[in-house]
Amino acid sequence: MTVSQTSLGSHEPVLEVKDLTVKYIGDTRSTTAVDRVSFSIGAGEIFGLAGESGCGKSTIANSIMRLLKDPAKIAGGSIRFGGKDVLAMSTEELRRFRWQDVAMVFQSAMNSLNPVLTIGEQITDIYSTHAGYSRKESLHRAGQLLELVRINPSRLKSYPHQLSGGMRQRAVIAMAVALKPSLLILDEPTTALDVVVQQEIMAQIKELQRELGFSVLFITHDMSLMVELSHRMGVMYGGRIVETAKASEIHTNPQHPYTQALMGAFPPLTGPRVPLTGLAEGVKFRNILDLTEVFPGHFVAPSGDSPEITPAVLEGAAQ
Amino acid sequence: MRFILRRLGFYLIAFWASITLNFLLPRFMPGDPVSRMFARTQGKMQPEQLDALRKLLGVDDRPIWEQYVDYLHNIVTGNMGISISRFPTPVTEVIAGQIGWTLLLGGTALVIAAVLGNLLGILAAWRRGGTIDSALPPILIFIGSFPYFWLAMGALYLFGVILGWAPLRHAFSDGLEPGFSWEFISDVGAHLVLPALTIVLVSVGGWMLGMRNTMIATNSEDYITMAEAKGLRPGRIMFRYAARNAMLPSVTSFGMSLGFVVGGAMLTEVVFAYPGVGYQLLTAVQGLDYPLMQGLFLTITAAVLIANFLVDILYVRLDPRVRSN
Repeated sequence: MTVSQTSLGSHEPVLEVKDLTVKYIGDTRSTTAVDRVSFSIGAGEIFGLAGESGCGKSTIANSIMRLLKDPAKIAGGSIRFGGKDVLAMSTEELRRFRWQDVAMVFQSAMNSLNPVLTIGEQITDIYSTHAGYSRKESLHRAGQLLELVRINPSRLKSYPHQLSGGMRQRAVIAMAVALKPSLLILDEPTTALDVVVQQEIMAQIKELQRELGFSVLFITHDMSLMVELSHRMGVMYGGRIVETAKASEIHTNPQHPYTQALMGAFPPLTGPRVPLTGLAEGVKFRNILDLTEVFPGHFVAPSGDSPEITPAVLEGAAQ
Repeated sequence: MRFILRRLGFYLIAFWASITLNFLLPRFMPGDPVSRMFARTQGKMQPEQLDALRKLLGVDDRPIWEQYVDYLHNIVTGNMGISISRFPTPVTEVIAGQIGWTLLLGGTALVIAAVLGNLLGILAAWRRGGTIDSALPPILIFIGSFPYFWLAMGALYLFGVILGWAPLRHAFSDGLEPGFSWEFISDVGAHLVLPALTIVLVSVGGWMLGMRNTMIATNSEDYITMAEAKGLRPGRIMFRYAARNAMLPSVTSFGMSLGFVVGGAMLTEVVFAYPGVGYQLLTAVQGLDYPLMQGLFLTITAAVLIANFLVDILYVRLDPRVRSN
């Protein structure tokens, strides 16, 4: 599959994923979680990756940082970051690459903090490991980081359990931007939070992104949130990307029936109320083909001719 | 701080309950332990001994609360009566003479086994399925499941009798004057090696498996993945993130074991003829030496409680979540 997607900045892309295939290898059977996925993210661009649970979004995120553990195996494809081949990095190169070039906010930020170390210790060890700052310097910078996400620097001495869920998530975001990485992966950063805190966090991320100018890979199944935040987005289904285009275009003119169903299944954050629709029951897409360009910069996996898609499905989705 | 005070209160109550039980038990026993013991020793007991026993075991005719007040007073002043099997040595003196050796042997073995076992457990879990993880647990469990006295006698026979590498008995060579001389200390060390080694051998597997299992559970926590993503050095992730969290249950069992060290390692002391509380307790039971038994039980209870209290204090330092609860 050769897809030359235009990235927003139109410079050299920060991240280029090509034909990435990840398999979960079991004793009796193997599952292909990510199947020949390609996309790229330009400098300062927010790229959204949407799709249902189990479609391979998080697996992609973990592949980029090479955090996959057995039984997951990268079976093919390439991941290039700023021209460097991520999959070919040695252990030590990989260690330096992590957090300095790409940082990540995990799905369960509530549990991604070590319960027995203070917030301060968990921030300063980033600085002492990667930047070699002294303890005093690290602490000073850690305090500034917390201020950046509007947490009082006195909280450096707090343990994770002493912070609220929203504060913990903001602390994790602060950690993620500690070394000013050029790519930030957000893997469903607000899933565990209520909508009010969710809005706060997203505003925070937008603000940081404007200030620091990093690119973002934003993963969620919350379509309305994603359309609001991302420049470009890809929709995943069953380990494949079925559609990718500018977020606004996917919002107004979704082409793939699955995208249409997804768009119909979430209420927009703004605008008039509309009745929700979804994928008709029992609908499964199989043998998803490679993407083809239907409009400039808008790629869709052909599916109209796929036998699984019945008129009823399309009707349900297009309502 | 409030947490520690509350725990202290709890342990004081537990201590009070146990000394009260210690007071009541002989008094609830059917029959008269004094005359039974008198019969057993075939009238070889001195009248003072009988008198002391009666008082201690509550056979005197005073009301029970008066006896209880007396008993409490005796405990507070450290007067635990006079040993019968080693008449006329006071119980406190008998215990004081033995407890040092018990602590030396049990403490050394426990610290070595716990440190070694936990380290091996950490490494095994960190490289799951690696050499340490696949080879050591079965071997250690195999050794640990030998009857201890068999293993101890085997070791004594092999290293002491046949090879002559280790001394056969006692805590130091006969005729050596105890003191802080190099000669004495190295002699004590040489006498310590084999008994301690056998204890370590049978107990290290348990420590290792316990640590390994908790550590494996900890390794799949999200904060470990996050630490990896942060690009921290593996050593730091292994110790400060994984082991630091996984060690908490180990600390608890260490505290428990530390308390029971005072009870002595009876089989070890018997096999290696090592002076210690465990052996003393055995002879006390055999000789119906109630005062000594009571004294030993009291010491063991106190030691277990103190050790647990110390672990509680340590736990507060180790696990910040305990502090606020």
